[in-house]
Amino acid sequence: MDYFERFAIPHPSPAIYASMVAICLTVIAIIVGLTYFKKWGYLWREWLTTVDHKRIGIMYLISAILMLFRGGADAIMMRAQMAVPDNKLLDAQHYNEIFTTHGTVMIIFMAMPFIMAFMNYIVPLQIGARDVAFPRLNALSFWLFFMGAMLLNISFVIGGSPDAGWTNYFPLASNEFSQSVGTNYYLFALQISGLGTLITGINMIVTILKMRAPGMTLMKMPMFTWSSFVANVIIVFAFPVLTVALVMGTFDRLFATNFFTTSNGGMDMLWANFFWVWGHPEVYILILPAFGLYSEIISTFSGRNLYGYKSMVGSMVIISFLSFLVWTHHFFTMGQGALTNSIFSITTMAIAVPTGVKIFNWLFTLWKGKIVFTTPMLYSMLFIPTFTIGGVTGVMLGMSAADYQYHNTMFLVAHFHMVIIPGVVFAMLAGLHYYWPKMFGFMLNEKIGKVTAWIIAISTLLAFMPMFFSGLDGQARRMYTYSASTGFGMWNMISFIGAIGLTIGFMLIVYNVYYSIRYAPRNVGSDPWDARTLEWATPSPVPYYNFARVPHVISTEALWDAKYRQHDLFPKQYENIHMPNNSGVPFILGCIFFAWGFSFVFGMWIPTIVTTVGIFICMAHRSLEKDPGHYVSVEKVKATESKLRGSQS
Amino acid sequence: MKKNWLKSVSLFTIVTMLTGCDPLLVLDPKGPQAQVQAKDIMLSIGIMSFIVLIVFVILAYMLMKYRASKQSPDYKPPHIKGSTMVEIICVGIPVLIVAYMSIISVQSNYKVESTPEKYKDEKPLVIYASTSNWKWHFSYPKEDIETVNYLYIPAERPIEFKLYSYGPITSFWIPQLGGQKYAMADMVNTLHLAADMPGEFMGRNANFNGKGFAENTFNVTAVTHDEFDDWVKEVKETADLLTEEKFNTLLEPGHVGQSTYNGTHLTFLPAPEGENGGHQHGSSHVKDHVSQ
Repeated sequence: MDYFERFAIPHPSPAIYASMVAICLTVIAIIVGLTYFKKWGYLWREWLTTVDHKRIGIMYLISAILMLFRGGADAIMMRAQMAVPDNKLLDAQHYNEIFTTHGTVMIIFMAMPFIMAFMNYIVPLQIGARDVAFPRLNALSFWLFFMGAMLLNISFVIGGSPDAGWTNYFPLASNEFSQSVGTNYYLFALQISGLGTLITGINMIVTILKMRAPGMTLMKMPMFTWSSFVANVIIVFAFPVLTVALVMGTFDRLFATNFFTTSNGGMDMLWANFFWVWGHPEVYILILPAFGLYSEIISTFSGRNLYGYKSMVGSMVIISFLSFLVWTHHFFTMGQGALTNSIFSITTMAIAVPTGVKIFNWLFTLWKGKIVFTTPMLYSMLFIPTFTIGGVTGVMLGMSAADYQYHNTMFLVAHFHMVIIPGVVFAMLAGLHYYWPKMFGFMLNEKIGKVTAWIIAISTLLAFMPMFFSGLDGQARRMYTYSASTGFGMWNMISFIGAIGLTIGFMLIVYNVYYSIRYAPRNVGSDPWDARTLEWATPSPVPYYNFARVPHVISTEALWDAKYRQHDLFPKQYENIHMPNNSGVPFILGCIFFAWGFSFVFGMWIPTIVTTVGIFICMAHRSLEKDPGHYVSVEKVKATESKLRGSQS
Repeated sequence: MKKNWLKSVSLFTIVTMLTGCDPLLVLDPKGPQAQVQAKDIMLSIGIMSFIVLIVFVILAYMLMKYRASKQSPDYKPPHIKGSTMVEIICVGIPVLIVAYMSIISVQSNYKVESTPEKYKDEKPLVIYASTSNWKWHFSYPKEDIETVNYLYIPAERPIEFKLYSYGPITSFWIPQLGGQKYAMADMVNTLHLAADMPGEFMGRNANFNGKGFAENTFNVTAVTHDEFDDWVKEVKETADLLTEEKFNTLLEPGHVGQSTYNGTHLTFLPAPEGENGGHQHGSSHVKDHVSQ
């Protein structure tokens, strides 16, 4: 009985019961389907044990899109609740859980895997490598992220969701004020997926530094690779802080320490400091690779080289440095005095300069170009004005005296949605349409794609512009309801309409994928967009060894030079290719981590000990294992190539 | 295409600004601190609109002029190396703008962190504003009275709020009088506000602190000096004494209405301030509480 009570949901509702049923039915459907079509072996051999960076990238992509809908469902419920004053659709507790999981899911489990998907898929191709530096570690990264995401997602059907906001400020998140296990879920979900991210960071840095094709000096790397490199350096510096903060929070909740409590020497502002020392760089981890994607896309569809390559690189390096010097702007109102606020106000506004440089470089890339409006380009062109509005309001928030009025209001919510949606989500959707033919060998439908882009862009404005006004009118964020006399009703209603628009937009993307799988012509060739960088020099879809012959590079746009300037990209000679073997250990280790996190969440110590031992056994197994990989013979490479290239025309 | 976009945004802005006949609270300041902030906000909106406009114009120009459909099919875009001149402009102008805004920002920081210039000669009224889930406790130590969930303040006199919390971090905010500041468990924050005229204002906790957050509000009434003195006198004559027992029941989580007391909780449960610059790390008020 005690067990039953611990796993019961503290605040059940029909929506949660419906979700439970839906989850059970989906799981049963998947199991029955796999068994009926005899796909268990295929799933295990080709996906669960894969170490291929492209497959891992695609798994990240699928997870990200699933989580986009999970977080989106939260968003639409919130906007529906707020649409009219005194709404009774959700109660306070339910609303608190929803905005907490919305923020956590969208940042950690949607935006992060989305950028990871592109990093994994594209970076090795762009630098002419066969895989990342540590392929098996890469698989482990994915499974840790995935299990972290699953752990957070089962919280609302077992034991209760986190409800202290995605920032999880203590002491609100302490046992005293958040009694359900929700916050434990938050701590372990982030810890496990954060470990995965940190490992990716190291992996990508080594890959980019050590595995570039001959001739590719650092200043000849394509812009997306540069942005990924800078983002991963930020990851390696920022994520350990999160790790430590989460451990301290865990100790507070499970072992009665007093790091962040209201008594016995606890310091509640310490959590805020730790959280944002990680959290602010985190937003640049998300946005820089997005900027990299825009750079590739805008240059491709302008038919021109990227304007100001050096200043693009320089601005990213400066942004990465400044990103660690601004965390205090998240709590200007914590009472650190005029001097500290002034310093952080200036460093915050300073970031506008390198960001502005990037915007102007994109604008000048259009100059004298030959602009083709494909779907990815349309997203990029809609990004510039929308993001500029979001960006300049960021400068406004950076003025600390004025921030006393914006802080914790809808104005802030409007700002970060107006930068993250155009900045990250548009970029990922642009990247999705752009790289889809490389990943799957056919294009997404352009007509549906363009309509979708317009719907999403207009709905974004509709959903978030009103929040600037309601914020200045005194609407604090995270209020689950408000009275009619406040006058917030109109703004929130417009936002709700925008949210419906966004829902329609995202549904259309799914429809587009479905439609294109059925009707899109297959033979699109390896380079359907007339692109400029190396990833387009491989056949589509890309063979598992990427490049049959290692390319050699003379500029940032090696493929363009090969196509139009008589540069010989590939040597004549084929060679045997060394490839890593698949391994089931990363997946198994991921599953053990899931069980480990779950045991910890409920303080079940025997399973915790057993799973901890399991983790070490997996690590020992790897240390003692002798696995030299395997060679692909020249004949086999030639056969595969002629098959792939032959079917292209 | 871009023009339509621009038009619809500006139309949207104008329409929404005009239909709301009441000005937005933050931009309708009733005190010197809020005035500083509203001025900064309007200034930054002005400068930022200018930047947005430039980006929109350049973007529209590029998209009109260089779209493929307007060019001959054999046009080959040139390879362009960056120009130093352009880069100096793209870096230089934003640097100047940020520098200018930094100066404004620093000046305003010092203004909002001190007693308003206008009322320098007046002696500030000190009010301890503390929170417990989901209530506001306002202690007037000099007057030796305490209110729950409402504030009575004299207009045209600086007020020094001392903020702290008996639970999660909260944020004390009266938009029309000035910006917010956090109230936390282990230190006391000072917020300087003043009202220029008598009136009723909305006050609330702006930082999420759990289930009762939405209703974590209080009313602010600013009155003339004489009316304020009368109110204090009346409270002293009519209100019940705030006992430790009564205060402890008030601290329990939940919503309560407005109430008024004689005496303050500061006498038996002092605020976490004093030595160590106010950083007691949560220990002092608990210790004192136990020892008494």
